[in-house]
Amino acid sequence: MGGRLESPDIVIEDVSVGYGERVVLHGVDTTLPGGRISVILGGSGCGKSTLLRNIIGLVPIRTGRIVLGGRDMARMSPDERLDIRRHMGVLFQDGALLGSMRLGENIALPLREHTELSDSLIEEVVGMKLRLVGLADFIDYFPGELSGGMRKRAGLARAMALDPAVLLCDEPTSGLDPITAADMDQLILELKATFDMTIVVVSHDLASLRTIADHVVVLNQGVMPFEGPLAGLDASNDPFIVQFLKRQPSRESRILGDSRASRPDRRPTGAPQTGPSGQAREA
Amino acid sequence: MGKGQNGLDTLVWLVTGLLGCAAATLSPARRAKPYQRARTISHLAWIGADSLPIVSVIAACVGVILALQAAIQLEKVGALSYVANLVGFSIVTELGPLLTCLILSGRAGAAFTAEIATMGISEEIDALEVMGISPVRFLVWPKFTAMCVMAPLLTLWADGVGIVSGGVFSAMALGLSGQVYFNQTAYFLTMRDVVGGLVKSAGFGLAITLVSCWQGFLAREGAADVGRRTTRAVVQSIFVMILLDLFFTALNYIFR
Repeated sequence: MGGRLESPDIVIEDVSVGYGERVVLHGVDTTLPGGRISVILGGSGCGKSTLLRNIIGLVPIRTGRIVLGGRDMARMSPDERLDIRRHMGVLFQDGALLGSMRLGENIALPLREHTELSDSLIEEVVGMKLRLVGLADFIDYFPGELSGGMRKRAGLARAMALDPAVLLCDEPTSGLDPITAADMDQLILELKATFDMTIVVVSHDLASLRTIADHVVVLNQGVMPFEGPLAGLDASNDPFIVQFLKRQPSRESRILGDSRASRPDRRPTGAPQTGPSGQAREA
Repeated sequence: MGKGQNGLDTLVWLVTGLLGCAAATLSPARRAKPYQRARTISHLAWIGADSLPIVSVIAACVGVILALQAAIQLEKVGALSYVANLVGFSIVTELGPLLTCLILSGRAGAAFTAEIATMGISEEIDALEVMGISPVRFLVWPKFTAMCVMAPLLTLWADGVGIVSGGVFSAMALGLSGQVYFNQTAYFLTMRDVVGGLVKSAGFGLAITLVSCWQGFLAREGAADVGRRTTRAVVQSIFVMILLDLFFTALNYIFR
């Protein structure tokens, strides 16, 4: 294969995936456009991370095919798969940094494995990647010494080590506070603008979706009720999509009644209420 | 070929990977990169140097125990000088390799399983695969190499400590001259005995690494499974070592 892939499309044709007797995805058909950010959206357990792992090649598909840069992922030889993976960067949900290695060593690992760069050059590249994600001062830290958000950013730096043509992110903002999540979204946008790569993000974060998505794929119970631009998602009448975008609970509360129509007062008992003048008074 | 979905597939994947690594050591173009050599050296130090104290203590105790047990019986027939033969032969051919590798199983083997299992659950092994780095080459081969080197070396050390402690005890408590003891040992033990014991220990080391890493790769379900797999690895390693011991000893008898 050789050479650098240039923002390839990822074509998913009639893909079905299962674990044992259980079928997780049925006949998913979509194209994730090259050079754009595609967000795979769906509820917990709908198969979105499984689809990402299919694209990466960690989980085999039962039927169909996934074509990346014109190559069928399922029919590649081990050498071809290795070559494709050099063009791929993956950010796992918790970063998946190697805990026994310092941050700098983690970032350097793909460089040491796949390039003939000298130690000093590798050190420079590592410094560059860490500056990209704002972690230049943490090069000697172990992953266990970092916060969750920092581990995700470090994972992103490692994913970017070989300047991949495809970046795949599994729930990059999950578990992050809103500001850190917004920082992560901005980082992803900056990467797209700077490196012109194909980016696929698995998420159920609506705020992130609206910030970064060019193309959206929705999964629900193994099927794909929607794929297309973000504007089309908002206009969809699919009940699941409407419920998902409006954050409506799936069942009526036995305690609160039908909470889908109204929000209960969430102030703690005894907390002072403000009167018309803005001054506090007893509840 | 990736890690399998079941135990047998994973074992086949592991063995195939190790054979591939072994073949790569013979090919200049596929030799280990500097960072991989550094990992092997780190394992050599951890398995070897860090195990020395406990192996020494156990071996010293075993030497004394054997001398005592032998003396009880040999005194009755006036053959106390044969304590040296019994201590030397038992340690070199059997107890040295077995006890050393039992320690390694509990110490190193359990750590191998826990490390790999934890990495599997936190997607670190997936990350290696995605980076195009073979988990077998990165994680298992350094351990395998280090164990196959260190198990015989530690066994040799344990043999020496056990024989010396038996001799010191015999001189102090049994009235057996040190010179007689060590002359008897040197006369009775053959190179075949020593080499046989070292080959056994290398085989045990191989079994410990294979079983421990295999159990590590099978972990799926979180922290509780890490514990289960670690326990299983130690128990299975011991079982396999005993079977191998039976095999080697029978071979030695057949070709005596």
